[in-house]
Parts: sequence; C-alpha cells; structure tokens
Amino acid sequence: MEMSWIVPLFVGISLLGAFLVSLLGRKIKLLPDILGNLTVLALLCLSVLAVYVVADKGVVVYNVGNWRIPLGITLVLDGLTSFMLVTVNLVAFFIALYAVNYMKKFTSKDKFYTLFLLMLAGMNGVIITGDIFNLFVFLEIASVASYALVAFGTERHELEAAFKYAVMSTVGSLFILLGIVFLYSYTSTLNMADMASILADKGASNLVLMVSALFLMGFGLKAALVPFHAWLPDAHSSAPAPISAMLSGVLIKSLGVYTLCRLFYNVIGISSSLSSILMVLGTLSMVIGVFLAIGQWDLKRLLAYHSISQIGYVILGIGLGTPLGIAGGLFHLFNHSVFKSLLFLNSGAVEYATGTRDLKRMGGLAQKMPVTSATALTASMSIAGIPPFSGFWSKLIIIIAAVQANRYGYALWAVIASILTLASFMKVMKYAFFGQLKEKWSQVKEVPLCMKISMSMLALICLGGGLLFLPAVKEVFLDKAVRVLLEGTRYSQVILGG
Amino acid sequence: MSKEHEQGMSVIVKTVTRLTVGMIFLYGVYIVLHGHISPGGGFAGGVIIALSFIHLMLAYGKDVALRKLSKKTASFFESTGALLFLAIGLLGFSGGYFFLNFIPKGEAFRLFSAGTIPLCNIAIGLKVGAGLFAIFVALAMLKLEKGEKK
Repeated sequence: MEMSWIVPLFVGISLLGAFLVSLLGRKIKLLPDILGNLTVLALLCLSVLAVYVVADKGVVVYNVGNWRIPLGITLVLDGLTSFMLVTVNLVAFFIALYAVNYMKKFTSKDKFYTLFLLMLAGMNGVIITGDIFNLFVFLEIASVASYALVAFGTERHELEAAFKYAVMSTVGSLFILLGIVFLYSYTSTLNMADMASILADKGASNLVLMVSALFLMGFGLKAALVPFHAWLPDAHSSAPAPISAMLSGVLIKSLGVYTLCRLFYNVIGISSSLSSILMVLGTLSMVIGVFLAIGQWDLKRLLAYHSISQIGYVILGIGLGTPLGIAGGLFHLFNHSVFKSLLFLNSGAVEYATGTRDLKRMGGLAQKMPVTSATALTASMSIAGIPPFSGFWSKLIIIIAAVQANRYGYALWAVIASILTLASFMKVMKYAFFGQLKEKWSQVKEVPLCMKISMSMLALICLGGGLLFLPAVKEVFLDKAVRVLLEGTRYSQVILGG
Repeated sequence: MSKEHEQGMSVIVKTVTRLTVGMIFLYGVYIVLHGHISPGGGFAGGVIIALSFIHLMLAYGKDVALRKLSKKTASFFESTGALLFLAIGLLGFSGGYFFLNFIPKGEAFRLFSAGTIPLCNIAIGLKVGAGLFAIFVALAMLKLEKGEKK
C-alpha cells in the first residue's frame, strides 16, 4: 500500500497546476510558463515512478475516499495504465517546453496553460480510472478543453474548425453515454471490474452487441477511425502547433484507442467478430488516410491525415489480438505519439519562422533552419518506416504479426500504406526543406532555444525508440501492458481479488 | 434620476428585482449550506446564486451588475472554488486516502454534520455560481461587440 498514494496525484497535480495558473497567472508574467512546465515535469516523474511501482508490486487498486469497490470510485494502476501515462506525460512535457516560446505570439498564456493542464488532467483521468462513468466525465473534461484550445487563435477558420469538432465530438460522447446507460441498466454497477464479472456471468445478449456498436462509434469518433474521421483534419490543422501535437500525439490515443482497448478487451470481452471489425476499420483508416494525405499541400493538414492512417496501424495491431499484434500496436502507439507530435512541432516551427503552412511556398529551409529540418527528417523517416528509426520496428512487428495470424491481405495493405507514407513525406522534405532556397526566405532565422531543445529531444527518442523492444526494457514497459489486454475479462478477478 | 435608471428594463421590473434579488441570493446560499441534509447542493445552489446576479443584469443592464460582481472577481472566485474542492480532496491524505471524509460525521440531519460534504458543497457553490455568471457575462459582452460593429 505504501506507494499507492501516487495514483490520485495524476489527476490532482494537473488540476492544481491548472487552477493555480488561472488564479495567479494574469498577475505574475512568468508564472504560467514556470508553473505549467513544473506541473508536467512532476507528472512525468510520477509516471516513470508508476512504471516501477507496477514492475515491483503488480496491479495497484486505489479506492478514493476509502469506499469499498463497487460503491466508490476506483482508480487502477496496471501495466497498460502506466504505459499510457508515460506516453501521454512524456509527450506533454516536451510540448509544454515548446509552448514557452511558441505561445508568445498569442496574448493570454495563462489561459493556454490552464486549458492545456485541464486537458492533461482529463487524459490522465481517463487512463487511470477504473469506473466507467468517471471515465466519461474525464473524457468530457479533456474534450471540452480541447474544443477551446482548437479555437485558441479565434480566427474565422479556427472557430469554424472548433465548432465542427465540438459538434461531432459531442455526438460521439452521446453515443458513449448511451452505451454506459445501457450497461448500467443491465449490470447495475459502474465499476468496470465489477461490470466485467457480471457481464461474464450473464453471458451473451443483444444489449451487449448494441453497446459494442455504440462504443465503436463513440470511441471510434474520438480515435478518428475512418468512417468517423471527418473532424480531425480541420481541428488538428487549425489549432496552434503545440495543441495540434497534443491532439494528434496523445488525445486521440488516450480518449480513443486506450478506451476502446480497455472496454473491448477487459470489460465486454473481445470476440472474433469484434476483432475483425477492428481490423477492417484499422485497415480502412490506414489506406484511406494515406491516400487523402498524399494530395495535400497544407503541411499541417497533410500531417493530420497521416494521423488517421497511423491510428489505423495501431488499431490493426490491437485488433489482431495475438500477443505479437497487440505488442506491435501498443509499440506503434508510443512511437506515433513521439514522431507525430515532433512533426507537428516542426510544422509549427516552420510557421513560426516563415508564417506559412503551404508546401508550395516553402523551399530550401534546411539551409536556414538546420535543427528543424534535421528533426523533421528524423521524424519523417520514422513515420515512413525506414530502419533504424522507431517507426520501422513497430510497423515491422505489426506486419509480422499479421502474417503469423494468416492475415496476408492486411499485411499487404500495411506495406502499401507504408510505401505511400514514404512517398508523401519525401514530398514534404523536398518541397519544405531541400531544394533551392527561395529569395524571400533569405532572412529567415532558426527558432528560439526552448523549441529547439524540445524538438531535438523528441528526435532522439525517435532514433532510440527501437530500443524499447530490447528484452530488458520490453519486459517492464511493453509486456506488462500487453499482458493486461491478453488476460481479457480476467481483469475483473485481478481488480476485485486484489 | 441616477445613472442606474438609464439602462435596462421598465420601472416595474426594476422595483420587483430590487425586492427579490437579495432573497434569491439568500435562497441560493441556503440551498448550498443545506446540501447535505435536503435536496439540492453545491451545484443547484451555485446556479441560484448566479441567477440572482444575472437577474440584476437583465433588469438593470450590464454596468450595475458588473459593479456588484466584476469579471475579475468572478474568475477569482471560480478558481478559488476549484482549488478549495481540490484542497479538501488532498487533505483527505491526512487520513490516508484521497477524498477521505476526515472530519467527524456528527449526528445525521443536523446542519453541522456529514464531515467534509458541506465544505465540498460550498466550494462547488462558489465555482458554479461564479463560473455561470462569468459565462453569462462573456455572452453579453460578445453580443455588445457584435452590435457595435454594425
């Protein structure tokens, strides 16, 4: 029990930071930057500590207010939770560092950090909670904060994108709420572990199928799987760069992919038909996303479409349901958070220096912005799957897993999508960074220090990401998360028993 | 006539508002404080408190209401309410658990009972009251700016 006090702090610290910034940020000028970054640093340290706690003690179950399990809110720290917490807080830390310089051009930094930390509190809450209604509340906190952040520039197209995002995302939330209502009426409990054991006792029913469909639509919309993806390109390309990075890097994963995995594997229980649906949706996203991306000339829009495509890989891997497939999917989830947020930060750096996002108007920026172009090259190689960068290993594992499971068609589509990704990032590198430097960019300067540090660190993680699959690291970090999903609805026994 | 009477609605509305607004505010406070022993609570009471200020704004116009409770004060109370609620949660660590009800519960159905629940209600009441008023002010300001452009 000694270390379990860290569990509620993931929500507590981020909320504390958020409200302190909103209370004091307007009076003291440097406070939002300092407090915002310190909060995220504390969260990062705690999440690394959480990995050790899970490796040391196994699953930690925390009862808020000392209420017994089905009565109160339960927080659960297991392998999947600690994996997601590290992913989210690591990326958030570098993004907060980047925002120190980048957000200077917007007037109210205190509002930015308040909303940023609220969004982070929501994401951490979704990941750490073991109560399905609590999950919905945190999901809404993160979503509502992200609507406001997308509209942060308050220009016409930003407001339009935020409104579109708000409407579609609310529809998704309502599907989720309806699913939760049905499950609650069927099982009379909101605790996910308790719910899983009651569902297992009651056996199959049409209501559970209905709820699965509702969750697939709701969480699929949050994860931007293909039939539900229309909000993503607008929202992710209109937001300020750190927020685009946050949305693409971790929000769609913690609100969409993590919740899908947790509910389908651990609560409802995965069936072969559900797994095929996930694989089909994943492959559709993978292929359609990349086809839509390749024709884009707006750099951030192109990156946004690639997010849809890469989420497809993650869902395909997780949908395969084999240990290797899930490991590949989660590994790709981690890698994608790092390289996609790096790419969005790069696009922000280019926009910061030149004021444009149009690939046709850029050119030769590598001469003027060496750090940005080098990190962008690293991230592009990583997303396109060039060895030895991190994206190569995770895609390779997903493809091997698909072949091992005799799903040759899916493996083939994964390879094709990867080649098209390479093509579209060669286009980005050629038009933006290489080639002749245009006359009007001769006065362009490299971005400020904090932005450079943040981008370089993320690039290093891209380069070293493959090391996560070394047996020693894999055992504590990735395998624990995979095991949680593989044990399926036995999750309830783990939680209720311990 | 003072400047107060230039804006807003008719004399009838203003007179009725002057008579009722204090009672609405007090009723909100009552709902917040009795949240743990009767229906209602921090959220409902907070909404009623916010409504008393909104009532003032509807009858007398923006300036009078903002003189009673300015935007800065509202956002200060909103953040304070949230921090208070979080502080109550964190103080639970003194008994070993987040959000533990660490104060003695007392006798049921008394005003001073139920441990931290009334304190939580006060914090929520502050947050909701100030927050809802701030939202209304923001909407009123937005309409004003749009009108000015025309």
